[in-house]
Amino acid sequence: MKVKSYLPPKFIVERNPDRCIQCQVCVNQCSFDVHYYDAEDDEVRSHEENCVGCHRCVVFCPTNALTIRKNPLDYRENYNWRPEVIEDITKQAETGGVLLTGMGNDKGYRIYWDHLVINASQVTNPSIDPLREPMELITYLGRKPDRLELDHNSLSLKTELAPQVKIEVPVMFSAMSYGAVSLNVQKSLARAATEAGTLWNTGEGGLHHSLYEYADNTIVQVASGRFGVHSRYLNAARIIEIKIGQGAKPGIGGHLPGEKVSADVAATRTIPQGTDALSPAPQHDIYSIEDLAQLIHALKEATNYTKPVAVKIAAVHNSAAIAIGMVRAGADIIVLDGFRGATGAAPKVIRDNVGIPIELALASVDSRLRQEGIRSQASIVISGGIRSSGDVVKAIALGADAIYIGTAALVALGCTLCQQCHTGKCAWGICTTNPFLTKRINPDIGTRRLTNLLRSWSLEIKDILGGMGINAVESLRGNRLHLRGIGLTKTELEILGVKMAGN
Amino acid sequence: MENKVIKRTASPIDRIDATGFSSRELNARIRELAHNGTERVELYNVYGQRYIGTDLDRPIEVKIFGTPGNDLGIFMDSPRITVYGNAQDGCGNTMNDGEIVVHGHAGDIAGLSARGGKIFIRDDVGYRTGIHMKEYGDKKPALVIGGTSQDFLGEYMAGGILILLGLNLQKEEAHRTNFIGTGMHGGVIYLRGSINDFQLGKEVGTAEPEEKDWQILRKFISEFADHFGYNAEEILEHKFIKLFPLWLRPYGRLYAY
Ligand code: SF4
Ligand code: SF4
Repeated sequence: MKVKSYLPPKFIVERNPDRCIQCQVCVNQCSFDVHYYDAEDDEVRSHEENCVGCHRCVVFCPTNALTIRKNPLDYRENYNWRPEVIEDITKQAETGGVLLTGMGNDKGYRIYWDHLVINASQVTNPSIDPLREPMELITYLGRKPDRLELDHNSLSLKTELAPQVKIEVPVMFSAMSYGAVSLNVQKSLARAATEAGTLWNTGEGGLHHSLYEYADNTIVQVASGRFGVHSRYLNAARIIEIKIGQGAKPGIGGHLPGEKVSADVAATRTIPQGTDALSPAPQHDIYSIEDLAQLIHALKEATNYTKPVAVKIAAVHNSAAIAIGMVRAGADIIVLDGFRGATGAAPKVIRDNVGIPIELALASVDSRLRQEGIRSQASIVISGGIRSSGDVVKAIALGADAIYIGTAALVALGCTLCQQCHTGKCAWGICTTNPFLTKRINPDIGTRRLTNLLRSWSLEIKDILGGMGINAVESLRGNRLHLRGIGLTKTELEILGVKMAGN
Repeated sequence: MENKVIKRTASPIDRIDATGFSSRELNARIRELAHNGTERVELYNVYGQRYIGTDLDRPIEVKIFGTPGNDLGIFMDSPRITVYGNAQDGCGNTMNDGEIVVHGHAGDIAGLSARGGKIFIRDDVGYRTGIHMKEYGDKKPALVIGGTSQDFLGEYMAGGILILLGLNLQKEEAHRTNFIGTGMHGGVIYLRGSINDFQLGKEVGTAEPEEKDWQILRKFISEFADHFGYNAEEILEHKFIKLFPLWLRPYGRLYAY
């Protein structure tokens, strides 16, 4: 029995009849079956209830005939029972299932980046013009020694350095697995990282054989599913990242739905085609810091101590204490993913309610590691909703060594944050393995869009640094005196370790 | 520590006295021997050193006398390891290829996420054995356990073959393992010895082995019997049940789309 759904359309599709030429481009472009051609009336029409607001059709309509507007859904005003709440309950009542969603937490929690402002030099310290003077963005990731010993005769280094990885810009592409995103997306990321001298991250779906040529710019992930983890994979990488958690869904695992597990995805992950790829919530060989140390050293042993091992956690309440354990367990890099970090699929209730903002986690982790005197033993990489070069600079001043971007990279490829990644129907061809859709990302164009983004941000970061009178990003790291807070409480300022603006 | 590698040019066996070696030192020593082309290594006085056999990508034969530590053969890619003693937790963790034969017990999570290769344990195993084993095409790991197991045997299994023989159970004594095959969505488990329905996970179905199952059982049980001096025919005479995943997508119905 098909029961009428009580869910109203979220968007209104307006087709300007004066402009529409019935070309059906929108029909072909829409993967959510909104537009359809009515042969009887020779007219293109819409099923508005299917529209997710991705704007693919709007961009591709040759005559600009389409406008997608939010359906006002003017229920009687009620701040508690907002339309989103009503719709969620309706969906649950109609399906009995857990609500899934894609991308990151979209709720109105405070964005601390927007309450931090950056300093600039005036009079007492000259600013630097990055167009004419050298400006350094090079960053080295990995464990740093507490002190260096030199051989005084040969002037060579006596201290044995832990493996270091050099990146040309402190911005890397965060973990997005093959299966969650398409191979063309990974190819674009890998090539852009290679061209820009930074790194991309395989996520936990293994490394497709065609991407081994970009291994020098690749971070490989080892997560609870252990998909595609074998010694060639580990030895190919520049950095090995153990994924404990993810900001979009701290504490829970993942289920890549069977529909997305194509033959190629299955081969890369070593699971039968069409089965769900299940990532258990914990890694069953890690129940403690001691166990984490064991896996870190297993990976180091498996690669003969040639690569830094990173450990990624979701930013949660005790991040600072956990981070201390991670560093003492031997992590060379710690990765903190804030609650705005995106995902290919997560239960909505988890995405929107679990975890903490990355700004606070970063500040408290950096402070605690300093207090413990072990900050230099690990690099800090952060992720989770970084939108601009301004955010990057603020993050570095708060203590980050480098920044991962995920959502921003996908936006560069066309993503409009429609949050339908979990459906596998991404109209922009990003979060899907459907061959009809994946060819919408051309790796040549994708690479260019991503390298352009990194270039813009690099130029902007240099501009900001120059304005502060700093000529190397190293000198900004953890330099919180270059930040001031606006509109923050005393406690917030304390945790962030910054002064109030004007102070 | 140099004198601890006793290399005899005439003999193809390299022997290492592991006394006092850290895990890192012992593995470095084995790696060095492997690099120099050794085919067979014997390790004596092994007391808990971890990760033995990882990062060796040739079919070297490693014999261990003593008690190897956790993660024996983790990420291993073709060596053959024989343990004369017990293995600890994580034996064959994420193993890709090769063989581990344990003349004794193994701790928890033996064969976790194995992608290939074979593991034979003579006696009992701990919790979550064979969890999330995988397979694709002809890459198919096999894990054979002579004794019985703790709970969550074959949890989350996505592929591979898991055989539990219960040879040390008394007549009429059932396995005490609960939650067998919880979340299983691929691969197969064969159980010898009795089991109650309530001991099985919700995601598994049971069946009598068919001819193709017996072929698999004969193959692996013969190998098991050869390793530990059992009579394969006698083991095979007993009743076996086959556990298989009911759904490829056990959690497909959990979500509202
Ligand atoms: S793409 Fe534009 S012009 Fe073509 S059918 Fe759709 S609305 Fe009309
Ligand atoms: S990746 Fe695709 S499905 Fe996901 S939010 Fe972006 S446009 Fe939508």
